[in-house]
Amino acid sequence: MALFDVSGYKSHSELRGQIIGTGVGHFIDRPNQQFSVPVGVDPSGFLKSCSREGGVSIDLNHGTTTLAFTFRHGVIVAVDSRASAGSYIASKEANKVIEINPYLLGTMSGSAADCQYWERLLAKECRLYKLRNKQRISVSAASKLLCNMMLGYRGMGLSMGSMIVGWDNKGPGLYYVDDNATRLSGRMFSTGCGSSYAYGVIDSGYREDMTVEEAYELGRRGITHATHRDAYSGGVVNLYHMQEDGWIKVCKEDVSELIHRYRKGMF
Amino acid sequence: AKMFTQVYGDNGKMKEYHYTGPVEHRFSPYSFNGGTVLAVAGEDFAIVASDTRLSEGYSIHSRDSPKCYKLTNTTVIGCSGFHGDCLTLTKIIDARLKMYKHSNNKSMTSGAIAAMLSTILYGRRFFPYYVYNIIGGLDEEGKGAVYSFDPVGSYQRDTYKAGGSASAMLQPLLDNQIGFKNMEGVQHLPLNQEKAVQLVKDVFISAAERDVYTGDALRICIVTKEGIKEETVPLRKD
Repeated sequence: MALFDVSGYKSHSELRGQIIGTGVGHFIDRPNQQFSVPVGVDPSGFLKSCSREGGVSIDLNHGTTTLAFTFRHGVIVAVDSRASAGSYIASKEANKVIEINPYLLGTMSGSAADCQYWERLLAKECRLYKLRNKQRISVSAASKLLCNMMLGYRGMGLSMGSMIVGWDNKGPGLYYVDDNATRLSGRMFSTGCGSSYAYGVIDSGYREDMTVEEAYELGRRGITHATHRDAYSGGVVNLYHMQEDGWIKVCKEDVSELIHRYRKGMF
Repeated sequence: AKMFTQVYGDNGKMKEYHYTGPVEHRFSPYSFNGGTVLAVAGEDFAIVASDTRLSEGYSIHSRDSPKCYKLTNTTVIGCSGFHGDCLTLTKIIDARLKMYKHSNNKSMTSGAIAAMLSTILYGRRFFPYYVYNIIGGLDEEGKGAVYSFDPVGSYQRDTYKAGGSASAMLQPLLDNQIGFKNMEGVQHLPLNQEKAVQLVKDVFISAAERDVYTGDALRICIVTKEGIKEETVPLRKD
């Protein structure tokens, strides 16, 4: 029946085939669903063309500042928490860091739905890797998995800028992955519309031999100043520290209070 | 098809008017049918409320078309936006709920329904359902839970959320009255069921005053461990 097909349910025989195995080894599980596409139109421009006709305005949750940098004592990850839909602030406390496992974190910027969906899928793949290979996936491999997912849908209008942060056998790892399937390893990245402001702050304050407290403060400042100047960033700063024995959540502070504290010293 | 031209351009300035020649009007698969939905989570209850007006352009199609749909004994969903997609989406959710019940011999929890809806919506990432969803219900511990979505499936758990045409008017009011935000020196009293229901009624009356697409009547669904109670309250019909 039409409803049965479109509801995305997998019939029993299909499920059995997956559990028992069809004899072909696959390293990546195909997602359980096909994506419906509008007929005869370019998918990336379709939504924009529908908007504003007869009051229709489909605004998706967007916008951010996120940053991450490595230093002597691990990796610092800091994100804001504003989700905007057009000019409306859809959420002030969006969660933009996905905790894949105790040794892996993923950040989200760009379209909220794209980031949530693909990074949850990445978390599933990382778990399957661990079950199949009896060891944790490396940061390099995890970021490559995400990058290849993006490559499959290149040009279709996905919007995702993410940093995969972890600690594996090779030490602390930081990779930047985006919707063009760009994948870069580095020591400092910032993504989102507020990234330029964050780069200015962390570039000027960064030293490889910072203490842990100085690094926390640098991450906080980067996000705070970016939210101060970028309209699409705001809310609270969520700060994580990736250490050798896993990540810890350091703090969650409101940016208005932080900017007040910083400005007191300024003027 | 609309007969007036858009006077203001995207940047807010008035557009220069001049005759551009024949304009091609493509078929739009979407239409905006209005309506506002709201959900509040309490300590041991959840409230999902919606108005019952169905409009299109300058016309009202129906004054009795509520936007809350009961999914299970502990979960209600409110859907506003394009009515065609709301109907199809709720049919698909009902079908998936039945299949889950038959395979797993238990009802889906509110959190599971929310996660499932996220993947259903994302399956149409390139041709979205034009629906703003809010799920209200009780979680496994019996506490109230509200999950709010965007049209392509991004979601998070909230304490209260407004969606639909008057959402931008109602959300700041809820931030203030339920979240005690943006005011100082106020005692944070916990929200009990009677106060919450009264607040929802007042908030919708305000919405009906200022939003043309909201009005006619208000349908409130109160979810508690005893079950789901429905209440209907009249609103402005103009």
